[in-house]
Amino acid sequence: MLRMWRVGLLSGLALAAAPAHAFIAYVSNEKSNTVSVIDTDSWTVTKTIKVGQRPRGIDFTRDGKFVMVAVGDDDTIQMIDAKTQAVVDSLPSGPDPELFAQDAAGKILYVANENDNTVTVIDLEKRARLGDIQVGVEPEGMTISPDGKTLINTSETTNMAHFIDTSSRQIVANVLVDARPRFAEFKHDSSEVWVSSEIGGTVSIVDPKKHEVIGKVTFEIPGLRKEAIQPVGIGMTKDDKTAFVALGPANRIAVVDVASRKVTKYLLVGQRVWHMAFTPDEKYLLTTNGVSNDVSVIDVAAQKVIKTIQVGELPWGIAIAP
Amino acid sequence: MIRWLAGLIGFGLAATSAFAAEPALIGVGYLGVAGTRSTLSLVEQPAENDGVAGARLAIEDNNTTGKFLGQRFTLEERRIKEGEDPVQAAMALADKNGFIIADLPADALLKVSDALRDRGTLLFNAGAIDERLREADCRANVIHTAPTRAMLADALGQYLVWKKWSRWLLVVGSHDEDKLFADALRRTAARFGAKIVQEKTFEDKGGARRTDSGVTLIQRQMPVFTQGAPAYDVLVAADESEVFGAYLPYRTWDPRPVAGSAGLVPRSWDAAQDQWGAIQMQNRFMKLNARRMTALDMQAWTAARIIGEATSRTSSGDVKKVTDFIKGPDFSVAAFKGTRLTLRDWNWQLRQPILLVDGRMVVSVSPQEGFLHQVSELDTLGYDRPESKCKLK
Repeated sequence: MLRMWRVGLLSGLALAAAPAHAFIAYVSNEKSNTVSVIDTDSWTVTKTIKVGQRPRGIDFTRDGKFVMVAVGDDDTIQMIDAKTQAVVDSLPSGPDPELFAQDAAGKILYVANENDNTVTVIDLEKRARLGDIQVGVEPEGMTISPDGKTLINTSETTNMAHFIDTSSRQIVANVLVDARPRFAEFKHDSSEVWVSSEIGGTVSIVDPKKHEVIGKVTFEIPGLRKEAIQPVGIGMTKDDKTAFVALGPANRIAVVDVASRKVTKYLLVGQRVWHMAFTPDEKYLLTTNGVSNDVSVIDVAAQKVIKTIQVGELPWGIAIAP
Repeated sequence: MIRWLAGLIGFGLAATSAFAAEPALIGVGYLGVAGTRSTLSLVEQPAENDGVAGARLAIEDNNTTGKFLGQRFTLEERRIKEGEDPVQAAMALADKNGFIIADLPADALLKVSDALRDRGTLLFNAGAIDERLREADCRANVIHTAPTRAMLADALGQYLVWKKWSRWLLVVGSHDEDKLFADALRRTAARFGAKIVQEKTFEDKGGARRTDSGVTLIQRQMPVFTQGAPAYDVLVAADESEVFGAYLPYRTWDPRPVAGSAGLVPRSWDAAQDQWGAIQMQNRFMKLNARRMTALDMQAWTAARIIGEATSRTSSGDVKKVTDFIKGPDFSVAAFKGTRLTLRDWNWQLRQPILLVDGRMVVSVSPQEGFLHQVSELDTLGYDRPESKCKLK
């Protein structure tokens, strides 16, 4: 009751302050082979798009015209037209694509191929494969430095973050982190890369110049055994002050003070929370909760979960239209 | 190759504490027994390379990582024939390899571990599930990646109790290992509050596992054998010797499910396991070995990965250093089971979730919800620290 009242108040305020700006979120449902489209004004699923098998990594092209979704079991990345909300094309990604990153111009796409220990480089305009980079066993997490010069790939069984020079496409450094690194995220000022380790249960903070682990975020939740804390997705606010870390089967998002690297709060969300995305105005953070088949909406400023939206089965990744 | 070199040089430049240009060689030996055992089901017949195929994949995985760290792993395989001395074979392997993965019967493993003690070789028991190797006969130089009979029995028992199938009809084979598994199942029943309503022994009277018209005979024998049992929920079979277990499902007098050595079986791994990123591993295994991955393959893979994990964390191939790290408080390894795996420091048994499989699917994974423990829920499987008789030496 209290919660309903609060939600009502919040949306009411938003309406009063400025015309509400609705965004559109796309959620990949790993088991349903669908993408759910969520309207952030009404917080409802407005469409469910059928895609290929095992959709996971998902992102918009820089121009906002297409949503790219990696459909691992079909060995490709499908392109959804954001206007018609239908699959219109696919990219030559290499076998079993999972996560990908694109350069600032939106011209080059780098794809982690879990099955053959490579990162595939794709020309997005020509939709052609430019080459492969050999990395460690089971490449997964992918991110590009804000200046576009360094690509970071994490490999899950090798337990490393590989630093790749995007111009030469060569590995320049390998940094050992804790077990099963899943995701990497740069601070917006480029001073740190945060790498989550699912089985290690930590987030390693890497100095991208010295290529060294300079700190670690650890998690402790009373009443929860250590093994259940499995960090995966990371989201950082644009001012680099607050990071949100999805803790998988711990069913919580950790709110981390970036400066002190300490957890300030744990937010209870749905079950097995994996990935997340901010609305462009950074008012809300949406998380995908795989086992409870829903998306939690977090009010970023209040650091509170305000809503839950049912989507398809095993929601995995999420992207919000720019 | 050129790309590999470039990566290597790049790394040397970036990290000032560079390694020598020559990669450090880390030798891993694999010691097994020649020949394969016969199973009732033709589809479960183990391949000649059962076990070592898993070690081979882990060595490949370690080498992919090793190229970034200047480490190179090799695998040397030895199979002993009947009557051959395991100690001699182990000593020969230990000349070139600081680590040996063994798939040996308990007695042979004990002889080998005692013979290698003063050489500092670290031994991994990937095959033997005998309790005594972790209890009265435990050894400080052996890490056990194979689960124990008690761990397997507890994993199954937790599920049966969760399912409220708490009245068990226990059918035991006439061989020693069948009796040991039955002991473990009785202990499980007592721990988790199940009741064994009756025990039956299935005598092995010899005979072939492959016959031309066996199915007709089995269909007549099994209902009669299970006739007249008191009311029960599930038939639990202890038949490690593969004499009768697989004949029971669908043929019991009363329509009841079968578990244990047939039906719902507890295992460290299964070809159907696809959760927690395991599909990548299953694909890699299939690509390398052109067959599906068994529990023994996984136990050997885990052993070789433990070595690789420790060599990369210590950036060393020194056996003493690596062994100390493996036995240290910070050690854990990821093995596609949804949780980190650690070692029980009182007997060097690997803690691990156990899969319950039916031959086609993973039905469940134990420990089951609600079986709690103050240290690790994985310690609800098998003998716990306070019960252990192990004194490491």
